[in-house]
Amino acid sequence: MKYLQAVLAITYKDLISEFRSRESLSSMLMFSILVVIIFSFSFDPGSGYATEAAPGILWVSIAFAGIIGLNRSFVYEADKGCLHGLLLTPIDRSVIYFGKMLSNIIFLFIVEIFTLPVFLLFFNLEIQNAVLPLLSVLFTASLGFSAVGTLLSAMAVNTKTRDVMLPILLFPVFIPILLAAVNATRSIFLGDGWDGISTWLNIIISFDVIFLALCYILFEYVIDE
Amino acid sequence: MKKTKLERAELISGALLFILMPLAIYMAFIYAPTEKTMGDLQRILYFHVPCGIISFVAFFVVAGYSIAFLRTRNRWYDRIALCSAELGVLFGLGNLITGPIWAKPAWNTWWSWDPRLTSMLVLILFYIAYLMLRSFVEDDDKGSRFAAVYAIVGIVDIPIVYFSIWFWRTIHPTPVIFGGGEDSGLHPDMRLALNICFLTFFVLYLFLLFVRMRLEKSNEKLREIEKKIAFSQN
Repeated sequence: MKYLQAVLAITYKDLISEFRSRESLSSMLMFSILVVIIFSFSFDPGSGYATEAAPGILWVSIAFAGIIGLNRSFVYEADKGCLHGLLLTPIDRSVIYFGKMLSNIIFLFIVEIFTLPVFLLFFNLEIQNAVLPLLSVLFTASLGFSAVGTLLSAMAVNTKTRDVMLPILLFPVFIPILLAAVNATRSIFLGDGWDGISTWLNIIISFDVIFLALCYILFEYVIDE
Repeated sequence: MKKTKLERAELISGALLFILMPLAIYMAFIYAPTEKTMGDLQRILYFHVPCGIISFVAFFVVAGYSIAFLRTRNRWYDRIALCSAELGVLFGLGNLITGPIWAKPAWNTWWSWDPRLTSMLVLILFYIAYLMLRSFVEDDDKGSRFAAVYAIVGIVDIPIVYFSIWFWRTIHPTPVIFGGGEDSGLHPDMRLALNICFLTFFVLYLFLLFVRMRLEKSNEKLREIEKKIAFSQN
């Protein structure tokens, strides 16, 4: 119980400081919408290509926005020595990991909720009876993204080329989720319900479980000062 | 102590390679029978497949020594992981370059998004990222730790990459002619030639690993001397 409280305290701290400045949320949101728009220009949204490419565009924009959010997540901590403060508190190291991860998921999910309507509008797509499947794909994929991303951003922040290093590290690892999420989203847009996405959802969920466990173990080695 | 051992290992594997390499070339080009439909083109198999397998072996070595490093914090393990990762990229590129050379005449396409090809590509991208991570971290100790963590993430991720691509491709079938694996129904002489090539490439990997580790040791000595000089100048 105390463990959970400590995790939530770290998440709460992140949310408070973010909602005061709104720096990373606004830049993530702006960026993801811009990516959608840039892709609409390069694909001619009226043509048949658009529906074929739409799921990919959605996930590329989410992935890019997610990278921005993750980059900010540890930069704050590292710049002002907050990480040392966190490390001095009498809590398990994994608490910091789960706290940061939870706040990263929340930010990413907020961005997705705002980007999705814009995206559906621009690509003229409809999902009346598939809102729940789509949200579950969005949520599970964001969970996996944040699970690995939080671990890797804690490493990337310590490199010479901070902002560039994170996507280089994250994208090769992220491929299974991207593949599964894009295909699941495509079958949702084609009108398949839960049946069409169950295989992909299983892949995403197994990725989530494996990487949550793995990152929980490994995080300790990353921030070991 | 370790240095003399390393030099001896280098000498033995080098001598072994001196015999094995000409033998492997003989087996691949002269001893192995010519394939019925593909002709001499198929002989690239004797270099393509061992390169791929050895690069996988190299990556298992990286992951194994990374786990050992995190548990014991023995710098020696970390150095082995680094050297092996570089060789893994080298052999992996060998595999990835010979692949399309064969595929263009055989499949009539340079590349297909088949699970094996794609996983190999991802694996190589992954380990190039691993090497970049190492060189972009200024603190040496931190770099070793991060690299070890990343290597473990990678070895867990690669099988998932394979399966996810496998699902992706079975749902969207591609014009890949050889579904049944390239060694189904291999002629015994071909099998023998392939096994000898495996052995040769494995010895080559060991030899290069020993040489690279000796280089790493000298590098470390050089860095220490540089540090001493910088210290005395202050």
